[in-house]
Amino acid sequence: MSVVSLKPYDFPAADSQDKFHGNQLLYVGWEDHLMFCAPFCWPLPGAMSFGELLEKVLPGGFGYHPDFKKIDWSKVEWFKSGKPWRPDDAKSLAENGILHKDVIRFRTPGLTGIKGSCS
Amino acid sequence: MDVKVNKKLGLKERYALMTRGLGWDTTYQPMDKVFPYDKFEGIKIHDWDKWEDPFRMTMDAYWKYQAEKERKLYAIIDAFAQNNGHLGVTDARYINTLKLFLTGISPLEYMAHRGFAHVGRQMRGVGPRVACLMQSLDEIRHAQTQIHSMSNYNKYYNGFHDPMHMIERVWYLSVPRSFFDDAYTAGPFEFMIAIGFSFEYVLTNLLFVPFISGAAYNGDMGAMTFGFSAQSDEARHMTLGLECIKFMLEQDPDNLPIVQRWIDKWTWRGTRVLTLVGMMMDYMLPKRVMSWKEAWEIYFEQNGGALFNDLARYGITVPKCAAQAALDKEHVSHQAWATFYQYGAAADFHTWMPSSSEMDWLSEKYPNTFDKYYRPRFEYFAEQHKAGNRFYNLTLPMLCQTCQIPMLFTEPADPTKICYRESDYKGEKYHFCSDGCKEIFDHEPEKYIQAWLPVHQIHQGNCFDPGVDPAAPGFNPLAAVLDHYHINQGRDNMEFEGSEDQRNFAAWRTMAAKN
Amino acid sequence: MSNVFIAFQRTEETRCIIDAILEDNPNAVLNEQPAMVKIDAEGSMTIKRATIEEKIGRSFDLQEMQIHLITLSGHIDETDDEFTLSWQH
Repeated sequence: MSVVSLKPYDFPAADSQDKFHGNQLLYVGWEDHLMFCAPFCWPLPGAMSFGELLEKVLPGGFGYHPDFKKIDWSKVEWFKSGKPWRPDDAKSLAENGILHKDVIRFRTPGLTGIKGSCS
Repeated sequence: MDVKVNKKLGLKERYALMTRGLGWDTTYQPMDKVFPYDKFEGIKIHDWDKWEDPFRMTMDAYWKYQAEKERKLYAIIDAFAQNNGHLGVTDARYINTLKLFLTGISPLEYMAHRGFAHVGRQMRGVGPRVACLMQSLDEIRHAQTQIHSMSNYNKYYNGFHDPMHMIERVWYLSVPRSFFDDAYTAGPFEFMIAIGFSFEYVLTNLLFVPFISGAAYNGDMGAMTFGFSAQSDEARHMTLGLECIKFMLEQDPDNLPIVQRWIDKWTWRGTRVLTLVGMMMDYMLPKRVMSWKEAWEIYFEQNGGALFNDLARYGITVPKCAAQAALDKEHVSHQAWATFYQYGAAADFHTWMPSSSEMDWLSEKYPNTFDKYYRPRFEYFAEQHKAGNRFYNLTLPMLCQTCQIPMLFTEPADPTKICYRESDYKGEKYHFCSDGCKEIFDHEPEKYIQAWLPVHQIHQGNCFDPGVDPAAPGFNPLAAVLDHYHINQGRDNMEFEGSEDQRNFAAWRTMAAKN
Repeated sequence: MSNVFIAFQRTEETRCIIDAILEDNPNAVLNEQPAMVKIDAEGSMTIKRATIEEKIGRSFDLQEMQIHLITLSGHIDETDDEFTLSWQH
């Protein structure tokens, strides 16, 4: 469907990638850990490796949770737009097929938050 | 000669002569050019004179009663100020609800004033023009009386100093602001459904009735008086919204699907905005009149249900979102408070964890959800605070493209999973908190791709003051954003325990009771 | 039948209005809350000028209710003598 208007209605998107100074937006959520009320939104260079995302970016967002240091990253399950997905740590975000405003989530089997409440 | 004594005209005749009798069609330009906006939305009107205004108020009565309301209000405001009424509230945590009210709601009153002035101008019928004129005046009165009333608090407490600056910038205030911007940029009939019907008729009861009654219960004569004074106009506003719906539906059967879609859209938009009010009622009032869930049941489910039953004769069905809202009512206030608690460093008010007796009240009011999903999280936050590790989330959240609320809502069928929805439009992804918000986007993507999402704006570098250099060594983005918001770091924001507001309130209350 | 309702601020004048409503509408149920009262009634409720005048001891214009009104629900029909709220279903 499209907007009903009196005159031609065509305006640019507010958040196209060219507006982020060389970065792209990446959203990351941690399943079963709702202590973080919502997924995070990071502006990152597409050339950053996935391994760097894990080591340098995620701890700043998720590190407060007592489960974070218990994560066995080799067992983590990844999802992209909700579908199972397997990233390669050595490759860049772009090479892993991550586009501007993609949303990825990870599940950490065995870790279910504060007192198992998914918090 | 016989003297003929005319009987005084009845209310209906007076109203008809003094409102409907005053209009005529233009001659220099055709009516369609003078009123260019009241047809393009597809709403077909055959006879504007069929518009009913049951209150039948003429300007003489309007001024008389509005003046009386103003005299009463300002007498109470004066008494409140003269008596140091601010020290009579239950405890200083309460005052934070007023900061949210002043920054998040009062600016909307002003926007409603502009909206109704615009719609009154654009509808060619005389009936709605008169009603919109009065509502437009009411709304600016609300904005001003609220600012006057709360200026008493601004003399003593932090966070009241700059609401009109904040509404255009602060991240959570984009939620109510975008609701109004969305309505205001629609056509006049959609605006009437958005504000006149969904907001006024279906939803304001939840804001002004139990919440303002709660203000009274917490000893705040100031908020009680502006709240009830505003709400005394709302009865007229609700009636206008309802009459507009009935009018459209009676004028032409082709209007039904358009009206139904607007009802669905705006009921959901309003429901999402009211998440903030749910949080205010369950977490920010030290003494509580009723839970958010109870208020929702009385004013949305029962009262809204009665209304939708009534509209069924026109073919209107209960908005699709009602089923999800019935599940969400047990969750949203807790999810919202958890959000403000962790993002408390970026809020213009203080946050705190409920005491153990308050958590017990929440368990009792939310037997299906509080202990299972929220108590462990909140007890953990409280323990960590006690241990000197108070949680401040400093990473920006992902927002819903439509309602602009952080993606904090869970799947309707599973409260342990965040609800993610997405759409692709012209090669770019857009994300939503719910089916309702996704449907709204999918219907008018050209509109919502323009949304001013605070998190993305920060990442674009648009939320720093001029001259600030994000590339400078030691640059602190949060501090720069707070400066831009005019939030005073360490005074207006963060934890309530230990805040200047808390200390001052305690000291002044002690002084008030002693020599 | 759904309920109609009307809510007023609790003031000296509304005391008389509320008494009049309860007298004229045997189906009306009074619900007292902090600083306000809400009156619910199944199907319909009629507020009569004459009854209010009797209780308040002076002439009363039904539009004066605007000053004290908080909210209402139902279709409105107002004349000089009566103010009626009703649902037609």
